[in-house]
Formats: sequence, structure tokens, C-alpha cells
Amino acid sequence: MTREITFSKAVNEAIAEEMRRDPTVFLIGEDVAEAGTPFKVLSGLVEEFGTDRVIDTPISEPGFMGMAVGAAMTESRPIVDLMFGDFIYLVMDQLCNQAAKTHYMSGGKLKVPLVLRTNMGATRRSAAQHSQSLQAIVAHIPGLKVAMPSSAYEAKGLLKTAIRDDNPVVIFEDKLMYQDKALVPEEEYLIPFGQANVKREGRDITLVATSSMVQVAEEAADALAKDGISAEIIDPRTIVPLDEETILNSVRKTSRAIVIDEGHQSYGVTAEIAARISEKAFYHLDAPVIRMGAMDVPVPFSPALEDLTVPTASGVADNARKICRGELLHAA
Amino acid sequence: MSDTRTHNTEDYLRMYKQMVRIRAFEDNANQLYLSAKMPGLTHMYSGQEAVAVGICEALTDEDRITSTHRGHGHCVAKGAEFKAMFCELLGKAEGYCRGKGGSMHIADQSHGNLGANAIVGGSMGIATGAALSAKHLGQDFVTVCFFGDGATAQGLWYEVMNMAALWKLPVIYACENNGYSEYTKTEEIAAGSLTARAEAFGIEAFEVDGQDVLAVNDLTTQLVERCRKGEGPFFIELKTYRYHGHHVGDINRDYYRSKDEEAEWKTVRDPITNFGKWLEDEKILSADELVAINNEIKAEAEAAVEYALNAPYPDTSEVDMHVFAGVDHALDYLGGARG
Ligand SMILES: Cc1ncc(C[n+]2csc(CCOP(=O)(O)OP(=O)(O)O)c2C)c(N)n1
Ligand SMILES: [Mg+2]
Repeated sequence: MTREITFSKAVNEAIAEEMRRDPTVFLIGEDVAEAGTPFKVLSGLVEEFGTDRVIDTPISEPGFMGMAVGAAMTESRPIVDLMFGDFIYLVMDQLCNQAAKTHYMSGGKLKVPLVLRTNMGATRRSAAQHSQSLQAIVAHIPGLKVAMPSSAYEAKGLLKTAIRDDNPVVIFEDKLMYQDKALVPEEEYLIPFGQANVKREGRDITLVATSSMVQVAEEAADALAKDGISAEIIDPRTIVPLDEETILNSVRKTSRAIVIDEGHQSYGVTAEIAARISEKAFYHLDAPVIRMGAMDVPVPFSPALEDLTVPTASGVADNARKICRGELLHAA
Repeated sequence: MSDTRTHNTEDYLRMYKQMVRIRAFEDNANQLYLSAKMPGLTHMYSGQEAVAVGICEALTDEDRITSTHRGHGHCVAKGAEFKAMFCELLGKAEGYCRGKGGSMHIADQSHGNLGANAIVGGSMGIATGAALSAKHLGQDFVTVCFFGDGATAQGLWYEVMNMAALWKLPVIYACENNGYSEYTKTEEIAAGSLTARAEAFGIEAFEVDGQDVLAVNDLTTQLVERCRKGEGPFFIELKTYRYHGHHVGDINRDYYRSKDEEAEWKTVRDPITNFGKWLEDEKILSADELVAINNEIKAEAEAAVEYALNAPYPDTSEVDMHVFAGVDHALDYLGGARG
């Protein structure tokens, strides 16, 4: 049986189910208890699990991030709520020097099973310090897994897998999708890491899209279909590990690819995936692989400017049409 | 020396031996560096032995510690063996971290050592989180967070002290004030008093002579007991001194500290000599017995060095192992293998 629930409800259910199943799991972050976070994603959890397991902290991101690492090293399974993805910069040492490296530096003796839940996504008119999509920065660090759910279904299944994983996992939730609904099974399910979802099959071009960019890709694919172009959409679901095979198989079939992610384009997720396609499916390609990330500018406040900075369905469709017609996007 | 005689002979003997073991480990580590047999650099613990031993002798194997870049002493004191330590120092497969950590991350994890941290102050969150875990899981282990005077300048400490105090966590912050952070005197980097900083959070704070193993042990024993009863956290400032440079390569130190100052600590305040004298005065051990212990440990350390020098390096296939728990080889898993 399935029912329609919001992305936010899916996250909440995943956490509640895992906390019921495993008493070592706890939640820690700012205003996670009675307030249930500013996005209300965690509402109701403190009522069920109490303040010992839904822990409100002072505004001390490096502090509670570091504490989660220590708790994870000593048989607890913390879920850290980082209110905005932009605050990743405050916890970089604890996340990247401590959590990510402890298992390796200890020769495999110490584990750090923690989940860092945070968000991403622009166009909420929140300006440069509350709008960033920083997944590439985290994905760059060996020892961290990175999930990017694209709907309520993925949000629940990936989060449950993350909580059971023995490694530090960072989950980026697009904060504009919290109220989006999707069909979610009533029965328990988990989504394994490293398994991309072929969201739509197609023949002419592959659109690899993460998180909310899957919606952008779908809209673009609808438009392209009207022009007789059949687009295949691949949602990697986790960018670390990355299901390279599914992506490469698709590109070998379609011979063209656009990679779409909301992080900054330069040195980003799109660059990494595009590079792998170019390296490993080069002889199958009929056109250069195109990256579509966020514009390389801090996110501006004004709607007139902000909307220019993120990939759009029409932008994706335009690029797809051009490369399907054999036009160069960048003059030589 | 504070004469409490609250312990039995075995305890005194173990404290003495553990301090001598640390000194012997460091003397050999220094030689390995000077003879170019050790990769990289290392930070010597010599001079600070009474801190690690006084504290760790108050702990059980279930109790946790977090250690620092100057961590060999903590590692020995928390129960590590020479062979696996020297192997780690030399990057050998049998090292505690399979040669992946080296001097700055050396730790015998099976005895509750949560790792040595090369980020100054970097383990303050980890130690406090371990204490949160104890509370959360209903276990009664206590965590001791070792750090230097220099680390008190890190903001993380104030964040986690605040939470530890709010939530009454069983953690003891143990600041080894050896007078210097790298080449800078503590007075130049620390305003006001360190104990007052902890007290500002309502944390009981203590100062103790870090060269007096019994004083350190007595205080820690009391605080560990109180932590187990839910009366933590606590802060201890231990006044101590490092005999060597900041690291083994820091040879000419005249520009930041005088030879007289070093000599004074080494001759008048040496924690091992002074405890040895006390053991003699108290007729717990004779001078001959002390010498015999020293020689035995020296021989044990030298044998372990020989063992480690001849031990194999990790197989090259280990380079991408242990990146993720549950994943044999990270490059296969990540799909990013070169070539
Ligand atoms: C965050 C950070 N900053 C700087 C350094 C370089 N560094 C290594 S040890 C050290 C001094 C530490 O002094 P203290 O905490 O007193 O410890 P001690 O070396 O005296 O044992 C510094 C600055 C570092 N490792 N980490
Ligand atoms: Mg110091």
C-alpha cells in the first residue's frame, strides 16, 4: 500500500521508525525538540522520544557536530540537524578532519556512524548565506557518503539507510521540496546507496539530475518530447557512492548527456559526473557532455537576479535541443 | 611528593613503571628520528609522564580518553604495548592503526583511547560527545579529554564546556599546561586564568602539580568517582613541562626558552626521579629495585624497536582499505579508480 505524503513527513517517519527500532539513535541540533526545526520537519518527535533523545543545543555547530562524532565513536548513532546547509562551513573540521578520517586513521578500529541532515537549494529569497548547495564540498572528502533525495520516497528510504550505515553520511534535502508530495509505501523500505534510479527512459539524450533538479529535468523532458526528442533521466540518489554503471549505460545508449545539479558549476558535482562520462564513455559520445550547475556567483537576494543563477527546465531543454541537433554550445 | 599512602604497593609500582615506560618509549622514538629511521616528525611527551599516568591510573579500560599530537604518553598510560606502538611510529602493518595514523594519531583503541588528534583542540567535541553517549546509553564510563595550554585558545572548547555543564556530562577536561604552545609562552596567548574560564560555566576547576603523580592520581580518582555519580564535568589544569623541543626537530630553543629553565625542571622537578625517591623513602622499593625496573623496561623498549624495524610495511593494497566501514576497497566502491 502506498499513500501520498510530503517530503517533510517522509523524513520525520524515517527518523521515528529508526528511533523506535534502535535505542542508540538520537537527534541533536538547534531547535529540534519542541520547535521541530524552523521547517517543522521534526515536529512530534520530542513528544514520542523525550528530550533525552531529541536534544536541543545552544547555537554551537562545531560543538554539537564534534559531540556527535564522539558519540558515534562510542556506540551511539547520532543524527545531527544542521539548520542550513550554509553552516557546513562552521563544522568543516569536525566533519572532514574528524568524522571522515577516524576510521581510516585508526586502521579500521573506530567507526563513526552518524548522519548529518542538512539542506540546500536557492530561490527562497534568502540571499547568499542561506541558499547554498554545498554537496560538492562534502563529496570531495574521502570517508563521507553523500545522499541527495529527489522526492519524499527517496527522502525516507535513503535516510533509513543512512541511519543504519556505519559511516558518516551527509544528506542534503532541498528546502523548497519539504511540502512536495509523493507516493510512499506504508510498509518499511530502504533505498541502498549507490543505486541510481532511471526516472524516465529515453533514447536521444541522458539527463543526470540530482535532488530538485530531477523535477527540472522532468519538465525539460516533457518539453523535449513535444519536439520529438526522447530524454532519459537518471537520478543518482547518492553522489558518494555514485552509480557510475547506470549513468554510463544510459549514455552509451543515448550518446549525449547533460548533468544538472544545484551546486556551483565550477569544480562541482556536475563537473565530476561529466568528467567520468567523458573518460569512460568517450567513444559513445556524439556531443560534448554539458554541465549545468548554479552560476558561479554568491546567491543574490533580488528575485530578478536569483532566478538567473539556477538551472531551469527551459535552459536544460534549450541545451538538449542544441546538442541533439549537433550544434556547438561553445564556439571553438 | 604528597604522601597519601592510600594505595597498595602494586599501584605504586605500576605508576612508576608506566612513567618509566613512557620515558623509555620517547627516548627510543627520539633515537629513531635522529638516526633517520622514523618517517616524519614526532612530539615528545618526556617530562609530562605524571600527568598521563596519574590520570589514566584512575581510569578503567571502559573509561575513554582523547589524546593529542603529543600523545605517546597517553597511549602508553592507557594500556598500549610497545611493539604495536613502535610499529605504528614506523608505519608498519602491525601498528595500532595499521600504519595509517603514525605518531600523531597513535592509539590503542581497545583500551578506550578514542584517538590522538593532530588538530589542536580537535578532540574536545569528541570527548564531550563520548560523555554524552555514556549518558544516553546509560553507561557509567567517564571520558578524559587531554589537551595543551595552546588548545585553550580554540573556540570549540567553550562551546562544548557549555553543553557539558548544561547536561552534567561525565567528562574531565585535562589541560596539560607545559608552558608553551610551539614556540610561544603560555602567558602570551592566554589572558586571565584558565580555571576561571571553566568556572564561568559553573564547572568546578582544579590546579594540580603535574609533576606529582600521586597528587594527579588522587585528584583524578575523586573526580572520576564524582563523574560517575553525575557530578561532572570537571576541569583540571596540570602544571607541567616538556623536556624536548616542540617536536624532535626543534633543537635550538634559546630564542624562546633558556637552558637554565630546562635544567631546573629536569633536575629538581622530574616526575620519575622524584617518585622514585619517594618510593625509596617510603621503603616501598629499594634503589637497586628501581634500577632493575628501569633496565628491564629499557631492554623491553629496545627489543620492541628491533621488532618494529624488522616488521613488514602494510601491503600496498591497504592504501584504499578502511576509508569506509564495511567496504573493503574504497576505490572499487567509489568508482573513481584511476586509469
Ligand atoms: C588547529 C591547529 N592549529 C595549529 C596547529 C599547529 N600546532 C601543532 S601543535 C601546536 C601547539 C600546541 O600547543 P599546546 O596545545 O600547548 O600543546 P603542546 O604542544 O604544548 O603539547 C600548534 C600550534 C595544529 N596542529 N592545529
Ligand atoms: Mg603546551
